[in-house]
Amino acid sequence: MEAEEVAAKPPKGRFCTICNQRRAALKRPKTLEQICRECFYAVFEEEIHGVIVDNQLFKPGERVAIGASGGKDSTVLAYVLSELNRRHNYGLDLFLLSVDEGITGYRDDSLETVKRNEIQYGLPLKVVSYKDLYGWTMDEIVKLIGLKNNCTFCGVFRRQALDRGATLLKVDKLVTGHNADDIAETVLLNILRGDIARLSRCTSITTGEDGPIPRCKPFKYTYEKEIVMYAYFKRLDYFSTECIYSPNAYRGFAREFIKDLERIRPRAILDIIKSGEDFRISTSTKMPEQGNCERCGYISSQFSVPSSDFLLLSMVLFA
Amino acid sequence: MACNSATCQSGGCYREDNGDKIDDQFPQPPPAVATESTQQRLSNGKNSDSAFCIKCKLKESMAAAFSSSSASAQVTGGGGGGGRGGASDSSPYCGDCFRSNLYGKFRLAVTSNALISPSDNVLVAFSGGPSSRVAIQFVHEMQMKAQKNFDASRDRSLPVFGVGVAFIDESSSISIPAEKFSQAVEEMRLVVSNLAPPVKEFHVVSTESIYSSDSNNGRNRLKELLNAVADVTGKEDLLVHLRMLALQKVALKNGYTKVLLGTCTSRIACRVLEATVKGQGYSLAADIQYVDARWEIPVILPLRDCLAQELNILCSLDSLKTVEVHNDHHSGINALITSFVKLLQEENPSRESTIVRTAGKLTPFHFNRMPEPDDCNMQLASQRRQKKYNLKPNESLPPESPCRICNSPLKKSDVKSYKLENQIMSAEDISNGCCTSCQFQILPKDISLLEHFYSLLPPQMAARGEYSCLGEDRWLREQIQDCLLSDTEDGT
Repeated sequence: MEAEEVAAKPPKGRFCTICNQRRAALKRPKTLEQICRECFYAVFEEEIHGVIVDNQLFKPGERVAIGASGGKDSTVLAYVLSELNRRHNYGLDLFLLSVDEGITGYRDDSLETVKRNEIQYGLPLKVVSYKDLYGWTMDEIVKLIGLKNNCTFCGVFRRQALDRGATLLKVDKLVTGHNADDIAETVLLNILRGDIARLSRCTSITTGEDGPIPRCKPFKYTYEKEIVMYAYFKRLDYFSTECIYSPNAYRGFAREFIKDLERIRPRAILDIIKSGEDFRISTSTKMPEQGNCERCGYISSQFSVPSSDFLLLSMVLFA
Repeated sequence: MACNSATCQSGGCYREDNGDKIDDQFPQPPPAVATESTQQRLSNGKNSDSAFCIKCKLKESMAAAFSSSSASAQVTGGGGGGGRGGASDSSPYCGDCFRSNLYGKFRLAVTSNALISPSDNVLVAFSGGPSSRVAIQFVHEMQMKAQKNFDASRDRSLPVFGVGVAFIDESSSISIPAEKFSQAVEEMRLVVSNLAPPVKEFHVVSTESIYSSDSNNGRNRLKELLNAVADVTGKEDLLVHLRMLALQKVALKNGYTKVLLGTCTSRIACRVLEATVKGQGYSLAADIQYVDARWEIPVILPLRDCLAQELNILCSLDSLKTVEVHNDHHSGINALITSFVKLLQEENPSRESTIVRTAGKLTPFHFNRMPEPDDCNMQLASQRRQKKYNLKPNESLPPESPCRICNSPLKKSDVKSYKLENQIMSAEDISNGCCTSCQFQILPKDISLLEHFYSLLPPQMAARGEYSCLGEDRWLREQIQDCLLSDTEDGT
């Protein structure tokens, strides 16, 4: 018996701890299990399926737009979602929706990737640009207001652009590739910056249900490292450069910290999300009201607050 | 309590209150100097304004003192034991205003939250570090003022609260060279004895004393318990929980009514992030309030609004002796967070306060209020100042039982309800009685080791479990007791 077992062991390394048949090819970032590629694909995809089912993210027949930047998150999202749609018969009509902020050397290259994804995954693509929607590009904005706080603006405008694109496509729902690392960073950022209102909202898997287009995050519990691993092994086509303006973002602090944290205790990322979900925030806590922008009527909680940057920007926008 | 005298010692009068009167209280400077300084201010404009204390505007600010005479010994306000040089000692206040401002924060915390009442006997936890050193100092000052009031009053109606100091001896869990340790203890004893009158007792309590059996057995059980914890962070956190048990034990044994910790804003900021990354978001609010009354002896945190930097400055300003018992090397996650917060604080000096303020908006628990005193007047006054949260425990539900190890409230959806079979703890029962964080980082991964681990726990932790299992049945029975015709369940 023993001789057989010894002979059956692979020449180097050990067996996958899930199937016990194939050789272990990788260590799973979330759990540090040593597993083979096929089992990795399986657990990765099925965990996401579990999240979709447990949180009832979709209904059959829905038209769903995937926010596609060409980056690894949205590429893997498009790939996995169309695969699961087929495998588990979600009955969804999937589209790719891309936003062109007009950042030279970054966005123009990543858009090429999305155009390739359209062909590779057979999902129709729509691109909406800041230039068309608002009449200016992010490069022009940064020239005006400098390198601080520009991420805040870009994020707000992108959200609005996605909503408008989704409306043009006549979709019922928007999905974005926000992963567990993103959400954990956001929880930390909101604690650091004193934003109790955002803190109470940022862990919701679905947001904007009372707004024009509800949006959800199927990757809420998916680790960034695993997304990269999946894209790598599956040889998915994605654009891997960071936005040229991001090194100045405050989020960088939180990101570095989470990377260090993950090295010590991988499950800490999920623990941060759990904490975010569990925080006892009273519904009667004074929150800034989510009203409407005075100018354009779009929903906003902050926009009406006069600050020198916003005033300057509105001069640019509406001059 | 208006007062015009600069030398007024009455307890109710404090310079902080009479902000406008401070100028009156200082002796008038000779005209020549006054003109000179005014001229200086007028001619130099902004520059010389920053050289003066921003509060009293008369004395030189500590920042100015630091920059102008960096070579002289005068700089950080006195050598002595606590001298921590560097720009961190600079402050826009002068020494006196800085001290009064810091003490003011302490005093406001105590009075607004009714932390210390005249009939209390307060045990101050002393680690040797600057925060708890300042805690002892401030409590002593408050006690002295109360004593003076008492001596001066005719009817002697308001008694003076008592103060004791406790040091937790962790030498059996953390390696400390014996000589350094005994020397440190002696220095602490000296510090406490110098803070008299009124006299304060100094207790040295070893961690193993939480085990009721003899010290050797206790020490062995403790060692075995700590060795059974594989996770570095888990071990550190377990030590913190054991520390609190030791404080509770010495407080109970010696008739103290409050346990006072020197936990400052900076420490709480770290605690907020630690809880967040360990998945303890639900119970976080319980640990960071002024009052933590879930313990038998309520725990109070009057230095909650003071930054570590401020406490360090005060120690060097007033030469308050601090004692380093062991190199406080945190490791693992706690160390990472401490360095992260330090980095953030350097980038923005108000970061620690912002973190604590954010966490302060989380809803506290019903035990985060001082148990109501009998005195109606005090009750109303303190309630007026406290935020109103609807914190009464829901009386139609059985009381929630806390995590066996860290005593934190458990989120209802996390607790799997279970009934004890023949009142014997199974491995599953042990695990279910702990929060998810303790389950992961403290309890052994191997289920077969759980029962043995449970046997190593000190009695106070094991006892928490019993209530949660038996309590629900007992509670149900109590609800219907008056309608039961027999004492046993089968009706005999």
